[in-house]
Amino acid sequence: MRTALVLLRKDLRLEMRTWETLPAMVLFALVTMVIFHFALNQDAIDGQLAAGVLTVTVLFAAMLGINRLFVAEREQGGFDAFLLAPVDRSAMLLAKAAALFLFLVGLEVIAVPAFGLFLLGPSLGPPLPGLILVLVLADLGLAVIGTLVSAIAVQTRARDLIGPMLGLPLLVPALIATARAAGPLLAASHPAGAPPGRWLVILALYDLVFALLAYAVFDFLLED
Amino acid sequence: MSVVAQPPAIELRGLARYFGERTALRDVSVSLPAGATLAVLGRNGAGKSTLLRILASLLRPHAGDVVVFGEPLPRRGFAVRGRLGLLSHEPLLYRELTGRENLEYHARLHRVALDRVQEVLVAVGMERRAGDPVRLLSRGMVQRLAVARAVLHAPALLLLDEPRANLDPAASALVEPLIGRASGCTRVLTSHDPAAALAEADLVLALKDGRPAFVGEPAQFTAAALAKLYA
Repeated sequence: MRTALVLLRKDLRLEMRTWETLPAMVLFALVTMVIFHFALNQDAIDGQLAAGVLTVTVLFAAMLGINRLFVAEREQGGFDAFLLAPVDRSAMLLAKAAALFLFLVGLEVIAVPAFGLFLLGPSLGPPLPGLILVLVLADLGLAVIGTLVSAIAVQTRARDLIGPMLGLPLLVPALIATARAAGPLLAASHPAGAPPGRWLVILALYDLVFALLAYAVFDFLLED
Repeated sequence: MSVVAQPPAIELRGLARYFGERTALRDVSVSLPAGATLAVLGRNGAGKSTLLRILASLLRPHAGDVVVFGEPLPRRGFAVRGRLGLLSHEPLLYRELTGRENLEYHARLHRVALDRVQEVLVAVGMERRAGDPVRLLSRGMVQRLAVARAVLHAPALLLLDEPRANLDPAASALVEPLIGRASGCTRVLTSHDPAAALAEADLVLALKDGRPAFVGEPAQFTAAALAKLYA
């Protein structure tokens, strides 16, 4: 845990020096919402459509963060430096997943209010607590799977291609569960209800399964 | 220094490593006692850096045995990682972090007291520029920081790939106590300056196309053999 905190602190410091990841994710999300606004040709959306738009926007913006997650390690020798240290290698999985999770939270802190302001018909206030729960579970899944995919992709020459090609199919179940869980929350007729428990359980199980899988294989991904 | 009496720090037996169909190393066998220096010579692409990466447990051998401090690699790599320092072509420093931040990061990874960071910064003469991002430093300064990084945790084995690259004579003299013979470490070093490497070595491994062309003491490595190696 201590090593993971050392790595996380370094990653956050690097992001605060360069601002290469989070601003790009936020900008991408805002532009995507503008595109949806014109493409759907509606002033306001709600329910399942709104949940789908929000989920897809977050997912695509997350891909930018996923693609950049290990770039500094690959290009500046961070992998070698880490592998030379007498530490548990799964610390890197934990640190990178935590960094990606924080980037996603940072993205949503800006993107969700913007979504409520420019696209969502019903008020964002009443469903917000339930929506936060759904997004936290979705972010956990995105962070774990994103870290796994990024660790694979960065070893290849076509990492910008491999990331989405590998990540998006793996994230489809999480995408469906997130959208289904958020849909009723954003419905005009049912603005303040709790998210459907079934989809939350599916999302949580999905996160757990992939967290265990990532823990099991991550060491091998760092091996030569 | 006697190279006979001490137990081997490094033992290679029939080491081979391939990259696809290309042979990077083949049939490499050498035994290096603790505290001794092995100079690895050869033309570009002869397999010198590959050998260092295998010894650092960053690459897996495809055949043969690699034993470092009595621990077989890569299976027991975790047992030797904290005991070796690698100075490679890449400085293994983050460009956007300062020299001090980089060294503190490595100190935390190696569980070394942060006081040691200032100690090595002074030793490489970088204490005044330690607050500058690495991207703003000259290559020589980055190399000095890389030396500081490699010796930060006081390793027993130094793997030095062109350790004096980009260093002027003054800087080279400055890092000598850290990575030279005076460090007391077991050393494996590569160099594009064979004369300098031979002067430092207790044992020479000359590689040609990944295969050993010569293994023995420097005195036995003739000028003709050297000329043939680089022909």
